[in-house]
Amino acid sequence: MKVVRTIRDQKYLLLMSFPFVIWVFVFSYFPLWGWITAFQKYRFGRSLFDQQWVGLKYFQELFHDDLFYQVLRNTIAMSVMGLIAGFTVPILFAVLLNELKGSLFKRAVQTISYLPHFVSWVVVAGLITKMLSINGGIVNELLMSLHIIDSPINFMAKGEWFWGIVTLSDLWKETGWNSIIFLAVMMGIDPEMYEAAKVDGASRIRQIWHITLPGIRPTFSVLLILSIGHLISTGFEKQFLLGNHLVIEYSQVLDLYALNYGIGMNRYSFGTAVGIFNSAVAIVLLLIANGLFKRYTKESVI
Amino acid sequence: MTGQTRRRRAARSDKIFDGLNLLIMLFVITVTLYPFLNVLAISLNDSNDTVKGGIHIWPRAFTLENYDTIFAFQGLITGFRNSVLRTVIGTILGLLSGSMLAYTLSRKDFIARRFVSIFLALTMYFSAGLIPFFILIRNLGMMNSFWVYVLPGLVSAFNVFVIRSFVDGLPYSLQESAKLDGANDFRIYWSIVLPLCKPVLATIALFLAVGQWNTWFDTYLFNSNNANLTTLQFELMKILQSTTSGNEAQIRGQNLLEMQSKVSPESIKMAITMIVTVPILLVYPFLQRYFIKGMTLGAVKS
Repeated sequence: MKVVRTIRDQKYLLLMSFPFVIWVFVFSYFPLWGWITAFQKYRFGRSLFDQQWVGLKYFQELFHDDLFYQVLRNTIAMSVMGLIAGFTVPILFAVLLNELKGSLFKRAVQTISYLPHFVSWVVVAGLITKMLSINGGIVNELLMSLHIIDSPINFMAKGEWFWGIVTLSDLWKETGWNSIIFLAVMMGIDPEMYEAAKVDGASRIRQIWHITLPGIRPTFSVLLILSIGHLISTGFEKQFLLGNHLVIEYSQVLDLYALNYGIGMNRYSFGTAVGIFNSAVAIVLLLIANGLFKRYTKESVI
Repeated sequence: MTGQTRRRRAARSDKIFDGLNLLIMLFVITVTLYPFLNVLAISLNDSNDTVKGGIHIWPRAFTLENYDTIFAFQGLITGFRNSVLRTVIGTILGLLSGSMLAYTLSRKDFIARRFVSIFLALTMYFSAGLIPFFILIRNLGMMNSFWVYVLPGLVSAFNVFVIRSFVDGLPYSLQESAKLDGANDFRIYWSIVLPLCKPVLATIALFLAVGQWNTWFDTYLFNSNNANLTTLQFELMKILQSTTSGNEAQIRGQNLLEMQSKVSPESIKMAITMIVTVPILLVYPFLQRYFIKGMTLGAVKS
């Protein structure tokens, strides 16, 4: 038999991959089975077959919970703000970096701009809180010395600032890192195009507009669609670490809601239902984004 | 308008552009570095003096007392040990599993190549969610154990694909000649492919190590009741949360702060922030060349 011989010949390859396949099955695929708990009254210590079935009870509870709509609003607001800022600013930054002449200065700026990406959210949340604090935070100090405000603003205690603070923190942390890919694509653009434009008397801004930006368009579209798929699974670390009980009406997002209800209050089934809702919305968003993309460019990302 | 005047006008606007660009870059550098320098200065400044305010990027009354104080706290010593352990073990295991899988997937003749590729790739697009994962870990008996830090995330599809695209670029002739000499597939992987993969392994090692070093959430979720399994980021998180919010972390964080009567919580926070940040600062600039390549490679492939 040919297959048997191939298997014997490739026993090392199989031994090197299958243990990990099982690994991935256990930690990534098997938990999907746990989605069943959303339709059961889950109790620990019993197998999934011995649980009491409750149908869509937890989904009904979810959709009748006023808090859920507030949480959904927060999730969507912060995701959309993050998506818009998270694309425009890194692209702008990459364009400006690309225009820098001195290579030493350029490399220094790059290295410094990657720094916050490597620092944990715990540290970033600490730094942001410190910078925005009312006791000697630099932001309040600057605003006071410029006479823009008369007394310090307690940014971290005001719900209406929260979405903006999260978005700006994200920008501070990830702008440099997210610009890497755009910068790499820009450096791949044919230099002759710039030469030709220069001969025609095009200024730098015109060159950026007509050569650099069109050059990154394909990369931009692909990354945009992939991020739309992840739109409402933006995580909860920022919100968990930057939020506090004073701003909870603005800071609680779907994952935190699932965490607080599911694990904090031992309502595992309810928490799982929130997770399923989250995944379903993510898939629908991804398909819509891909569909729109296909319609305009006749290409598909997924 | 003649071509010459157009070029002259463009040259003038280019000068303005370059000047503005330089200013923007200086602004970026300042905004990125100031928080770190500020924290460093405060961590090296006398705690009683700091309260008076006005410390920016240079300590006024230099002291190492803040650092002395935090190193007397057992929780931080244990946390430091665990953070180092999980970073070292997690990185080594992640590199081994990732490179092994990547090698098997790079072998065009491998019988299960397509299956393993797709099986892995799918995990990048879905996740079962927090609660089913929590239930899985609990049912596997991995709560309150060190292994919950390294085992669940052992295989990362993204890392595997980044390494594979690197291996694909290596000349196949080396492997073939080893094969003629009678080396088996594991030997070829171990003594020929692996040494050639150093650049991409450096990138992946950085990603893995930073990820391990920076995580606090698994400690919070699975090991928060076991002081022996605490991590640095989790300790820092408790202290930071203790002053900004009113959750359970407050009570536990406060214990640490009350123990240190001599030094203010503010100074302690800053010193710990430096301790968790410095290792990263020392490593990432030297790996910059590699991770930029890795990032671009990964993004182009996916």
